[in-house]
Amino acid sequence: MVEFLKDLQTYSFLQYAFLAGVLSSISCGIIGSYVTVRRITYIAGAIAHCTLGGMGIFRFLQKEYAFPVTPLQGAVVASLLAALTIALVKRYGSQREDTVLSAIWSIGMAIGILFISKTGGYNEDLMSYLFGDILMVSRADLMLIGLLDIIIVGIVLIFYNQLIAVCFDEEFAKISGVKVEFFELLLLLMIALTVVLLVQVVGIVMVVAMLTLPAAAAGHIVKRLWHMMVVAILLCLLSTTGGLALSYQPDFPAGATIVIFAGLVYFFVIGFKKLKNAA
Amino acid sequence: MKKSAIEIKDMCFSYGSHLVLADVNLRIKEKEMVGIVGPNGGGKTTLLRLMLGLLQPDCGTIKILDQTPEQASNRIGYVPQHRLFDPLFPVSVLDVVLMGRVGKSWGGPFSKKDRDSALNALNDVDLYDKRFTAFADLSGGQRQRTLIARALSSSAELLFFDEPTANVDSFAERKLYELLSRLNKDLTILIVSHDVGFVSKYVSSVVCVNRSVLIHPTSELDGQTIQDIYGKDLSIIHHDHRCSEKGHTWLNF
Repeated sequence: MVEFLKDLQTYSFLQYAFLAGVLSSISCGIIGSYVTVRRITYIAGAIAHCTLGGMGIFRFLQKEYAFPVTPLQGAVVASLLAALTIALVKRYGSQREDTVLSAIWSIGMAIGILFISKTGGYNEDLMSYLFGDILMVSRADLMLIGLLDIIIVGIVLIFYNQLIAVCFDEEFAKISGVKVEFFELLLLLMIALTVVLLVQVVGIVMVVAMLTLPAAAAGHIVKRLWHMMVVAILLCLLSTTGGLALSYQPDFPAGATIVIFAGLVYFFVIGFKKLKNAA
Repeated sequence: MKKSAIEIKDMCFSYGSHLVLADVNLRIKEKEMVGIVGPNGGGKTTLLRLMLGLLQPDCGTIKILDQTPEQASNRIGYVPQHRLFDPLFPVSVLDVVLMGRVGKSWGGPFSKKDRDSALNALNDVDLYDKRFTAFADLSGGQRQRTLIARALSSSAELLFFDEPTANVDSFAERKLYELLSRLNKDLTILIVSHDVGFVSKYVSSVVCVNRSVLIHPTSELDGQTIQDIYGKDLSIIHHDHRCSEKGHTWLNF
């Protein structure tokens, strides 16, 4: 821990990692609260796994044909496409929703694996996409994370009332004249952007943990949605910084340590509440 | 003569090839309190959803306050069944009631006017003191009154209730009726219910829905007859008329 604090002052890669954790906590807490109260973790999971397809294709183009693109941009494109597809299927499709989500989930991953295997060089990137590599975050990534934060906070500040009404009672919102389809799509697109942020921090496989655990713990502490968002942001912050600090000296994988930390926070809150209720 | 709040002409509706409602003609006057009854699967809920503009009729017309249901939807206060709500959803009572105002603006925070009408609505349903309580911590009856306040806060002229007596105890039911008759002084009220006992005790007329629709003034009904007939789990409205599985049949006495 002491070494972490000392190195934090000297090494820019560690400062970037720390900032990435802090900045992504903002979107993570806000969007995680929506995902949790709307009970759409599965949608978030499908979008997260689908991003591997975009990352694989963009990385292939970058390495093999020297296109000026980055895997992160591929993740943005893939996640937005996945969100759009899900919104369309929900609105017009007569398919079972979970079937469609599973298809997006697995086909996205399959495309990613295919392109990664046909890209020359080392394939260690695959591991960092799947399990995250917060220590590899660059200055440009930080700018992107910051920009996405601003977009998400702005949208939620403007449309908070509409979004909560749609989440609480879609039908009533529709009768009251709220454009429910628009706000559903907006929410899915914001989930997609948040997923991209979190892929950087904890990796594709563990995104769902960061979207649910802090928000669910917050839901046990407070009773209003915006309170839940604030507490969830703080718990995200605690998990990302705590996890990063704990993982540093023993050289644990940062993403996994962060997720375990978030899990411990969640179980601690539940256990504390149970004890309090029993007393 | 009173103006009509709801006017339905030659309306029909089907889900795919399954005809749910046919030849529906219905007129409900302003400031009436009307019950909609009928057997399960008879089309009560479908009729309600058509009047709310959530479904489109296949033929005929529906006019709510001389407008189409979509145009009029912000003048309708809809009160769904309270048990359909997620008990873990993090909202306060006031948050829920304010949702009645959310269609009034494109975005941004609630105005003073929004807050005032929400607080007034809470006063109307005697929940002002509970405004900061979590919705999840309320009793069934209180949740229902919160949802009524949400519908009232939108300054609705019509109130539509879906099964108001489901999952509410008899004390809450009596309170609900007192509230409804108070609100009925200014509002047209429509109650969809399978609980004919509740409906026929309080409303001025009953609409029987079973593919087609017939309206009966409650004054024509004999209370004892209704008790007897509905007690046997048959959806019969009038002593010479039955609302059965096969549709309306008239009995000649």
